[in-house]
Amino acid sequence: MRLQLSPELEAFREEMRTFFTTEVPQEIRDKVAAHRHVSKDEYVEAQRVLNAAGLAVPHWPVEWGGRDWTPLQRHIWREEMQLAGVPEPLAFNTSMIGPVLAAFGNQEQKERFLAKTANLDIWWCQGFSEPDAGSDLASLRTTAVRDGDDWVVNGQKTWTTLGQHADWIFCLVRTDPAAEKKQRGISLLVFPMDTPGVTLRPIELIDGGFEVNEVFFEDVRVPAENLIGEENRGWDYAKFLLGNERVGIARIGATKKMLAQAKEHAREITVDGRPLLEDPFMATRIAELENELVALELTALRVVANSADGRPHPASSVLKLKGSELQQAATELLVDIAGPLSVASFADGGSDVPDWARVAAPHYLNYRKVSIYGGSSEVQRTIIAGTILGL
Amino acid sequence: MDFTFDSEQNDLREAVRGLLERAYGDSEARRKVVGNDPGFDEKTWSRLAEMGLLGLPFAEEHGGMGAGPIEVAIVAEEIGRVIAPEPFIEAVVLAGGLIAAVGTDAQKGELLAAVAEGTTVPAFAHAEIGTRWSASASAVTATQAGDGWTLSGVKEPVPTGARADVLVVSAVVDGGTGLFVVQGDAAGLTRTGYRTHDGTRAANVRFDGTPATLLGAGGDQTAAIERALAEARIAYSHEAIGAMDTALRTTAEYLKTRKQFGVTLNKFQTLTHRAADMYVSLELARSTALWASMVQDAGGDVLSAADRARLQTSRAGRHVGKEAIQLHGGIGVTAEYSVGHYTSRLTAIDHLLGDGDFAAARLARTVADQETVDPLGAPYTG
Ligand SMILES: Cc1cc2nc3c(=O)[nH]c(=O)nc-3n(C[C@H](O)[C@H](O)[C@H](O)COP(=O)(O)OP(=O)(O)OC[C@H]3O[C@@H](n4cnc5c(N)ncnc54)[C@H](O)[C@@H]3O)c2cc1C
Repeated sequence: MRLQLSPELEAFREEMRTFFTTEVPQEIRDKVAAHRHVSKDEYVEAQRVLNAAGLAVPHWPVEWGGRDWTPLQRHIWREEMQLAGVPEPLAFNTSMIGPVLAAFGNQEQKERFLAKTANLDIWWCQGFSEPDAGSDLASLRTTAVRDGDDWVVNGQKTWTTLGQHADWIFCLVRTDPAAEKKQRGISLLVFPMDTPGVTLRPIELIDGGFEVNEVFFEDVRVPAENLIGEENRGWDYAKFLLGNERVGIARIGATKKMLAQAKEHAREITVDGRPLLEDPFMATRIAELENELVALELTALRVVANSADGRPHPASSVLKLKGSELQQAATELLVDIAGPLSVASFADGGSDVPDWARVAAPHYLNYRKVSIYGGSSEVQRTIIAGTILGL
Repeated sequence: MDFTFDSEQNDLREAVRGLLERAYGDSEARRKVVGNDPGFDEKTWSRLAEMGLLGLPFAEEHGGMGAGPIEVAIVAEEIGRVIAPEPFIEAVVLAGGLIAAVGTDAQKGELLAAVAEGTTVPAFAHAEIGTRWSASASAVTATQAGDGWTLSGVKEPVPTGARADVLVVSAVVDGGTGLFVVQGDAAGLTRTGYRTHDGTRAANVRFDGTPATLLGAGGDQTAAIERALAEARIAYSHEAIGAMDTALRTTAEYLKTRKQFGVTLNKFQTLTHRAADMYVSLELARSTALWASMVQDAGGDVLSAADRARLQTSRAGRHVGKEAIQLHGGIGVTAEYSVGHYTSRLTAIDHLLGDGDFAAARLARTVADQETVDPLGAPYTG
């Protein structure tokens, strides 16, 4: 066991910090830090800056741009990126489809997609969930029927995050409706969003934002070569992909940053002439949150250090579950610090309410999503109870 | 102690419920109304006036109904049940309540009658940037100018501040915080309205040598403001209870119909138990809020009763609001579905006049004052 970072890792951390805070445009990082809308172009720009320096996909196999880092290095990389307000490399590309292609795609698919995926030349979206297939993903109904050299896709996906920006979608489709177990007859297909027969309808969320969509498929013809891996093995790839998603989703650095902002703002607001930060109630609340965050970070370090051959540790569910809770608690803290100012959510010119207080409530409401997507908290508990505790 | 409504109160509840159900029974109707300024429906406002609700707590001689806090609670709960965006608490209970408590007879006669008729919507311009939930003013100052007064400074956020016909304004005077009346068309008054996250409206209100008249006899009104805020906090607790009630019922209904893994969600005991916990939160909050209204009605310690009600309903509102979304899954965070709007309104209620932490901190300052607490009477001191 060892408490401190080695001098090499200290240097690594410094290198990351310097890169993120000097090479990624300040304007973009400020937006991320302020929880303001980041445009597609800004996302792309940021990811390309990272990719050019080999920092977009360090966890991929070396031959496709990975860095062969230790789990601890990856943790530091992610943490520093979040603390610096760098938009994280698009998860659909770098944590989801990229690793799946690298692990299960054929050589041609790897060559066709991986470099472009790392550089965000292709923007991917995830077409898994359907109206009747949420937590119960395996009950999905979108079908792909073989017709000559094509698959013909029919059905509907929903909750497709940032599908409005996407060039390509990776989709779970039912290819064998007769399979005995419903997990067995599912395949993973990829195709461009502008394929004839694909339509997208935006869904407005409670914060007034548009980040998710419904996607409809009507006789969409997908060339057979766009099947990833083996036919009817899509469920295995989905599990691999979702496990990877879970590890990155704890977003400890981002929560740390929110707590730092909370302290800064609680210093500016006065109650009966004293800074809110000195209010024992407020200070205690922040201290408790910080402590939970420390516990989570330490657990993340324990868990990532033990993940075998790139597959997520079963305790990654702890990270997703608790990481979601702490992200939500931090957004709640910020809205509480904003207090009465938080109602001024859609003020623009002519309001004296500071920007951070205006975004606090929509951000809080929006973040109810983190305990729902990527496997809800209930699903994580089921995984912990089942796979870890054997219940 | 008796928590049952009498027959008149039951009739009132049915009548209000009927009116509001017609207006907002379909949650799409509310979405449409809050999509346009002023963020509420003027026609529904007139109907509330016709029913006498906008003068409910005012004395009959001032055009009111002379009803008490229990009747106000009943209306507030029904508002919350459909999260009607009409500013009943903001205009009638808070701004109207201050006029009724502090105004001269002439002011009451003139203003309250107009509020009750629905022709004048008043707003209380009190919150200031950088401080929170205080009963005193510091950013707007009042200066005596001949017979009258002028105000300078900024109030924000002021609920319904842009739509309001008259503003009741708190401002720094010699020796404390005074209350003033400012007409909506007064010179030197700039109002910039905006939509709040819960769909209602608030405003930045700027006074620049704006002519104002003193509300009532003048002097320091901090105690009256404190009391009016407490009464509004109690009313908000009831609105929150109505909102929680609907959020819980909607969730229970959803658990019975949404199917995953081949069964409806209510087959998962972990979810039904969570719904049961929501109910526990709701009912404890309901009892506390009703008790607070009875304390107010009986002329008891309304400040501490309001803190207890706010603490309980704030915690319950967060619990119920968050769980309602969570148990719905993805659909819970969409704007097209109602449950997120309930959570948004519960969040706004929490922050407008003071949240649970605020109430708890105030109660914490008095824990040493009594040995045991007794909601039925005097504390036992040994
Ligand atoms: C903002 C957002 C973005 C998303 N982005 C994407 C995306 O890009 N691509 C994509 O494919 N999907 C995406 N999703 C979908 C997400 O994965 C699903 O919402 C999630 O799987 C939950 O499904 P559901 O919404 O249908 O809820 P349901 O499955 O209907 O669940 C409702 C409630 O019941 C609980 N529940 C369900 N089954 C059980 C059980 N067996 N035991 C205990 N509790 C249970 C759930 O945890 C939840 O609390 C996104 C969702 C959101 C909200």
